[in-house]
Amino acid sequence: MNAVRDNTAFRRLVAALNRMLAHPDLALKGTIRSAVDWLSMRKSRLLGGLGLAGLLVLAGAFVWAAEPEIDVAEPVDPSSLDPDLVEEGARLAAVGNCIACHTVPGGEAFAGGLPLPTPFGTIHSTNITPDPETGIGRWSEAAFRRSLHEGVARNGSHLYPAFPYTHYTLTSDEDVAALYAYLMSRTPVEKTAPENDLVFPLGFRPLLAGWKLLYFDDGRFEPVAAESDDWNRGAYLAEGLGHCSGCHTPRNALGATIDDEHWAGGEAEGWTAYAINESNPAPVPWDTDALAFYLRHGWHPAHGVSRGPMAEVTGNLGRLPDSDIHAIAVYTDAVMGEPDAARQTAADDLLAAVENGRGSGQSADTMAAIPAAEGDRGAALYAGACASCHSAGRPQPYGGLDFRLSTAVHSDNPQNIINVTLYGLPPADGAASPIMPAFHGVLSDDDMVALMSYMRETFTDEPAWEGLEERVADTRSGAHHVSVRPADMIERAPGNLGAEEQPWRQD
Amino acid sequence: MATGLTVNGEAVEARSDPDTPLLYVLRDELGLNGAKYGCGLGQCGSCTVMVDGEAVLSCLMPLLTVEGREVTTVEGLGTLEEPGPMQRAFIAENAAQCGYCIPGMMMRAQATLTANPDAKEVEIRQALEYNLCRCGTHMRILRAIRRAQDEMRNATEEA
Amino acid sequence: MTEHLRLTRRGFVGAAGSGLVVAFSMARADAQAGGEADVTSTEGLPGSLGDISQLDSWIRIDPEGAITVFTGKAELGQGIKTALLLVAAEELGVAPGELEIVSADTALTPDEGYTAASHSMEESGMAIRVAAANVYLLLLEAAAERLGADISELEARDGEIRGPGGTLSYGALAGSLDLAVAARPDVPLRDPSDFSVMGGEMTRIDIPPKVTGQPIFVQDLRPEGMVHARIVRPPSPGATLTAPNADDVETMPGVVTVVRDGNFLAVVAEREWQAIQAMRALEDAAEWETPATLPRQSDIHAWQRDNVSEVGTVDAAGTPEVGEARSVRMTFTRPYTLHGSIGPSCAVAVMEGEDLHVWSHTQGVYPDRAAIAEMLGMEPDRVRVSHVQGSGCYGHNGADDAAADAALVARAVPGRPVRVQWMREQEHAWEPFGPVMSMDVAGQVDEEGRITDWTYDLWSGSHVARPGGANKLLAANHLADPFPFELPDLQIVPPGLGDRNAVPLYQIPNKRILWHFVKPMPMRTSALRALGAHANIFALESFVDELALVAETDPVEFRLRHLQDQRDRDVIERAATEFGWSQDPLPRNEGRGFAFARYKNLAAYCALAMRITVEPETGRVRVHDVVAAVDSGEAVHPDGIRNQTEGGIVQSLSWTLFEEIVFDETRVTSIDWSSYPIMRFGSVPERIDVHVMDRPGDPFLGTGEAAQGPTAAALGNAIRSATGVRMKDLPLSPDRLAATLGV
Repeated sequence: MNAVRDNTAFRRLVAALNRMLAHPDLALKGTIRSAVDWLSMRKSRLLGGLGLAGLLVLAGAFVWAAEPEIDVAEPVDPSSLDPDLVEEGARLAAVGNCIACHTVPGGEAFAGGLPLPTPFGTIHSTNITPDPETGIGRWSEAAFRRSLHEGVARNGSHLYPAFPYTHYTLTSDEDVAALYAYLMSRTPVEKTAPENDLVFPLGFRPLLAGWKLLYFDDGRFEPVAAESDDWNRGAYLAEGLGHCSGCHTPRNALGATIDDEHWAGGEAEGWTAYAINESNPAPVPWDTDALAFYLRHGWHPAHGVSRGPMAEVTGNLGRLPDSDIHAIAVYTDAVMGEPDAARQTAADDLLAAVENGRGSGQSADTMAAIPAAEGDRGAALYAGACASCHSAGRPQPYGGLDFRLSTAVHSDNPQNIINVTLYGLPPADGAASPIMPAFHGVLSDDDMVALMSYMRETFTDEPAWEGLEERVADTRSGAHHVSVRPADMIERAPGNLGAEEQPWRQD
Repeated sequence: MATGLTVNGEAVEARSDPDTPLLYVLRDELGLNGAKYGCGLGQCGSCTVMVDGEAVLSCLMPLLTVEGREVTTVEGLGTLEEPGPMQRAFIAENAAQCGYCIPGMMMRAQATLTANPDAKEVEIRQALEYNLCRCGTHMRILRAIRRAQDEMRNATEEA
Repeated sequence: MTEHLRLTRRGFVGAAGSGLVVAFSMARADAQAGGEADVTSTEGLPGSLGDISQLDSWIRIDPEGAITVFTGKAELGQGIKTALLLVAAEELGVAPGELEIVSADTALTPDEGYTAASHSMEESGMAIRVAAANVYLLLLEAAAERLGADISELEARDGEIRGPGGTLSYGALAGSLDLAVAARPDVPLRDPSDFSVMGGEMTRIDIPPKVTGQPIFVQDLRPEGMVHARIVRPPSPGATLTAPNADDVETMPGVVTVVRDGNFLAVVAEREWQAIQAMRALEDAAEWETPATLPRQSDIHAWQRDNVSEVGTVDAAGTPEVGEARSVRMTFTRPYTLHGSIGPSCAVAVMEGEDLHVWSHTQGVYPDRAAIAEMLGMEPDRVRVSHVQGSGCYGHNGADDAAADAALVARAVPGRPVRVQWMREQEHAWEPFGPVMSMDVAGQVDEEGRITDWTYDLWSGSHVARPGGANKLLAANHLADPFPFELPDLQIVPPGLGDRNAVPLYQIPNKRILWHFVKPMPMRTSALRALGAHANIFALESFVDELALVAETDPVEFRLRHLQDQRDRDVIERAATEFGWSQDPLPRNEGRGFAFARYKNLAAYCALAMRITVEPETGRVRVHDVVAAVDSGEAVHPDGIRNQTEGGIVQSLSWTLFEEIVFDETRVTSIDWSSYPIMRFGSVPERIDVHVMDRPGDPFLGTGEAAQGPTAAALGNAIRSATGVRMKDLPLSPDRLAATLGV
């Protein structure tokens, strides 16, 4: 997979270099982007990084980095806000998943301070409550609009693209106005986010001008006339505020999404964000209805529950009207494309087999007595630790998913099944939500490998995972960082479990 | 087919099938009472014990994973005649009503304080998020754990 | 009626020491009331002593001086044994550590019905207190005779009586005492100013064994030769077993036998894990017909209103007419609610020859014995039921049913003790639920801000379906020759059942309180801690706050305006003072709430204030401080009162914020803690303070359920204060709150 990508990127780089020879001015941007993409594939990140830094400086030199400051505005009187606009803004904020990044678990909504680990260091989300001193209470709507559309703070400094203005720029002025009204209606909280902790020289914000020159295109969404209204609405939401690409499209070494691999799968907070294009690894192909159900409820009978950072996304999308959910599903389904007949037939057979094996559904664990084959450690582990929920036949979302339906077990990348097994699905305090215990204290690395291998072999026709041992070890050690949160909804109230300070993590 | 492990400091050979959850080995084969069946699903924490110092749910821990490891149940924290610091703290605070969940709470707390002797209240609450109490003894459980923490810290300082 | 009852009650209990008896006549709670109604004496003796007056039913002293106290009440984790020991020790003049206590065993202890309704201190506590005072007086009299001294010259200390002529131990006197005599009602009780142990603090006697892993729970019993059984319950309440298909299961490792009787299906194995595996296999193999028999959950309140079998008047005065001006009308609802014991129900039983011995965490060993004997066609005296502690029950949970299960299986494997424990999903799906309720309230205030008119209409089924006969045992309902469940009838009794605390204590000239009784029971319901009081107080006290808003009066002041009883007022003022109640502005989204009730309108008083923050984005409620004041009369064990009240507050917060049984038209689907979430540490309040009122010399008042209602109402009132929105449908879940608040 990597080799293929690598070659593609290399071919693009060569092509771009040729173009540059012909049209030096126009082609420079594309060439540098291609160079970065190519370097992104290199194993030696250090070497690549040095080269990239040079390229950045070069790019930065092309523009005058400073943007003008926009004057402070008088704080908005919340009572002056149009309630309908505020309500619309709440729905749009849900699409944007704003609360997830701009709130520390257990802290006040939108008050910022959440550390976001990136390959370049830690960025802290900012306070976007209307507090005049520490929040955005003195930002005019124009300043707010510029931040979403151009990635520039009110004071004129560039914003890190961890704030996904590369996507938000598609958002219409009307919708920005609604978002602004909504945020101005929130409770002001006086709180300053901690300083970012970034590798040198990325703490120097003018460099971002170079990054933006390479990777940022300012511009509103333009409907595609040939497509349906639903498709266009879905595209507007999913590519814009929804910023699905933020996780589901791979990123290059400079943290920019790789356009040519749109929705081909990426990573978020240590979790794999699966490909949601034609390469989606789900054993049962998604369709519009399944996607809509999943986005609405955070689970689907044939796919299981949303976990990791996606749980917050679905928790938020639950607030949207059916029409918007449907539109996102239509667009996503279109990106995924029609499954071929063989895949669909296999999926239908699989669903029938799973349904036949289901018990009454009254038991929390009607454990089909799965005999532990003598000497098969993985099978014995499965029988003693997993089967009581996962071979029980209790339907989703509270029953353990039948692994024959599991995308995590079918994916080329075992990261998510490792994450869930080691860290579980923490209970959501005061809300119905599936719970799974963490097994990191139960299963040794060898046990993990035996169990994962057994599951891969038993529940899929896919080849054994490569590099499983290393992934398990890195995940447990924290070399591969994973954020784990209780997640049926946006858990932001009393003392909920933070991503970083989990006592069950043995970093 | 015996599995060798250490339970509360004593080496034992467990004869249950290797896929038997540890809970049933402790209760049914070894006659211990501390770990309790609550849900069998890893949702309530009644069966919490320590394995190699870490809190685990024994209802979903197959016996074979415990081979050669050290298991501690509430019986290993002290005795009726000579209760240990965690037990003394729960007794002093009358930190139980029905008491069914309490051994699991104590084991979770013991593991938390072992890993982090200076755990703050919020960290203790977070650690206990996995353990359910239906009687509503939560405030006392927290007080007892803070008391145990003080006693354990003082003992460390004196030593 | 209420006022009359309260005066009567006080007159009655006050009579213990004075000889003045103003008893009101009400027989021991009958089987239907199941111990939720008050039991009172007809003979001038207090509490259970009225029924069982012989002293040696309560206290025995052996020649070595060892004193044993007997109670028919069961330790449910509420600390009753400790409180009863304190009472006995005080009156006997010995240290509590010197006493043994034996509780709830049909072979050993008096029949005190159910341990329920916060009655234990009023019934067993008063009985033991007066019995102990009697025994003490007899000891003094015996010593006076032996020492040739006058009683007034004697001094009792540490189990000895000293006088001018020498010292005699209680043991030495025991031989000359005849305790097989009736207690006298007129013996002097110790004066509170002389108390040495009552009112003090003591380590609860059951806690050290619980925290050191002693075999103290019924789950921990392991009699020699014990086998493990698991029940395969029907997949839905209306299901019929068509084929058990047990052949493959009978040959599984360790399986002793499969027991089938109609829809009752169980498997017995040597080892517990073997029993569980066999049960799972049998569950997969067995075939059932599962018709859809339940109303739709979303229609359940409407369904209740369509299925009223009779309407009872709970209370009425004047001519209530709620007009338009300065009036409020609201409907409140509560869903089916779970007891939700952390340890699923369990029992051990053994059939030896003609005799059956059952160990159970039942709340009533005698009624349970009668029901099991009836189910098995045995004479009750061939059945012994011994109480052993289980996980907390909070009312009628699966304990009696598990005892019946164990008894049925024990009959199939005579000579071998059988331990049955329910699985988690069985506890969630088959325990008798707390009933669904809805309440229409209307009220009006006059221009002076006084409530003039009040109507309250309650829709609820029965809250009491305890055994009561074999028909109240789940397994007996399922037998091939079944004891069909008999639907309980409407009962209106002074302490209230479904209508508990539906009558406001506030002075209202015109009022009418009706119970629209729904006899059909699509799902079995029974007593859940506080019965109707949780939802009734939630509705009533929420509504009082709404009227206070109409009257533009501080809610605490508004309550006091309508209360004359000094103890009502004292507890309210204490809670308000300790909390620092005021109308000072609070930060946005923060609110404070207050509520008050006297449990059953005749037991402990509880007033409670809390401060919360609502997060509108998610609908989450953060509870900061809860401050309660409790008046339990003479406080025997203040820490026990605080423990019960703290627990009641947290449990009620969980019910009120989060809990709702979920079902489709066939079955309950909330069958674990994922699908039926309860409070975890992340949501417990930052601080809970419970202040126990000092009431020396006043009669004991049951406390165990006093906080449930006021907590729910204070929370609702705090949310109202924080958001301006009155939440009327329980639970006040994040989803519901967020949806109600909008943005």
